[in-house]
Amino acid sequence: MKTKHIELPLTDKSLKGLELGTAVYLQGSVYTGREGLYKRVLDQGVEPPVPLQSLGNANFHCSPAASVNEDGTYNLGAVTATASFRFARWLSQWFEISGCRVIIGKGGMTEDDYRTHFVPNGAIYLSTVGYGTGALLGRGIKRIRDVYWLEELGIAQAMWVLDVENFGPFLVESDMLGNSLFEREGRIINENVDSLYDGLRQPALKRYGETTSRSDEVV
Amino acid sequence: MIKQDAIEEAALEIMRRAAIVIPDDYKSGIKAMVKEEENELSRFVLEAMCENWDVAEEDRRAMCADTGLPRYFVKIGNEAQVEGGFVALERTLRWATARATQEIPLRPNRVHPLSRIDHNNNVGILAPEIEYTFEPDADWIDIISVHKGGLFGSDYRMLFPGDGIDGIKRFFLDVMLEFGRRGLACQPAIVGVGLGGSKDTAMSIGKQAACLRVVGDRNPDPEIAALEQELMVMGNNIGMGPMGFVGKSMVVDCHIEVAYTHTGGMPMSVHSFCLSSRRAVVRLGPGGEIEYRTDPEWFTPYRRRDTVEWEGVVPPLDKAVAQ
Ligand code: SF4
Repeated sequence: MKTKHIELPLTDKSLKGLELGTAVYLQGSVYTGREGLYKRVLDQGVEPPVPLQSLGNANFHCSPAASVNEDGTYNLGAVTATASFRFARWLSQWFEISGCRVIIGKGGMTEDDYRTHFVPNGAIYLSTVGYGTGALLGRGIKRIRDVYWLEELGIAQAMWVLDVENFGPFLVESDMLGNSLFEREGRIINENVDSLYDGLRQPALKRYGETTSRSDEVV
Repeated sequence: MIKQDAIEEAALEIMRRAAIVIPDDYKSGIKAMVKEEENELSRFVLEAMCENWDVAEEDRRAMCADTGLPRYFVKIGNEAQVEGGFVALERTLRWATARATQEIPLRPNRVHPLSRIDHNNNVGILAPEIEYTFEPDADWIDIISVHKGGLFGSDYRMLFPGDGIDGIKRFFLDVMLEFGRRGLACQPAIVGVGLGGSKDTAMSIGKQAACLRVVGDRNPDPEIAALEQELMVMGNNIGMGPMGFVGKSMVVDCHIEVAYTHTGGMPMSVHSFCLSSRRAVVRLGPGGEIEYRTDPEWFTPYRRRDTVEWEGVVPPLDKAVAQ
């Protein structure tokens, strides 16, 4: 396995050498964001609580298992990403206003999404591993620098700004051309899919479906 | 008499154990898979998971930040007496959940489905779920905590008797592929299959088969046990591994539970208990005894009984009246 340790914020140079399937560990600062944040800023037009560029250029689709202590400090256990495909529709606009170059999350998006939203903005996608590596990632978080909109969005959806060290592992899921590791693997697996069903009779009652091919993805 | 104070501490403790310590049966199952897995990416994922469990235990932090939907299963001995009765027990389990959310911490995942209101303590309408079963000739209660990830990996379908084993296999493969791609189900999973009952029964026994039976356990009915093995092998032959990468580590075990169903139907559900297969159990005895374990022993011969009578469970009616 190829492994790289990378400093945040990401630069053109560090982005360039990243191949699909490379294991990556990060150092610097990342901030969390998901539908709550995207809706509030992009759909409702609420001014972000802090200039987004000042938070770095790595946006993490996650919400930590955190709680707020009585003295106002935070208690952070594990962090795990949440499935990103649900957020694709906000991303072009998000990249434009935030200057993000990397999205960290679970499950990636489609090559279509990468080519539409990521490639024009020079961004890539890093996937968490497992996906349940919450304790490992939690250990990589050295400090909670800030949290914004805790009251407005709740613990799960608030913007947590995290200082991280040896934070990972992540896998490079999309490259600068918009190729997807998941789709590459899926294509190999698909070669065998029809034969799995060989000789198995169709059930009597069909189901309405949004996808009819077993080579399709549901995301 | 089983005291509420003891219940609250134990119920909190099993939520903590479930969140932090991966059960041995699942861990050994995955370690065996690491040895067999030939694909580099798939093996990398499995090894990262093993490292993650070690870190969770060393640091005493939750293994996965998505602490799922915390819930309880309670097995009650027929002779068990609980201080304050079962309304008190439910209240205690709600307190334990709220405290666990703050103290472990667990992620406050529970929200109202429409307003999305979050009490920040994983308590709300029908939350945590508490499911019950009973056990003859016992004076203890078992409380089981399960933190199951919630969004992917489960599906339901109404099949018909004529669809036969083929129908079962097809639907099983469908679910594996549907949620295995990109690893949405966080496989390798303990896959639970519910067959029969009414629709809701099919769902709930499938879930219990996934969450409340340990890796290596077989259904006592030899025909069902053979089907469990067959589906497991089938899942691992798809050519897919963790995260939907090429590989062969998909199903760490398959458990099937059945319930008598409508003569015209064969409802089926499939559930995946993920890389964070989190469960912990405590037994509370009448004299304050407390014992922790990880095997829920939920599907007892009594629970799987298929006749009207059960030897010695209930006193004969006339005797009960006379007492
Ligand atoms: S499915 Fe399991 S391992 Fe994956 S994110 Fe959810 S709780 Fe964690």
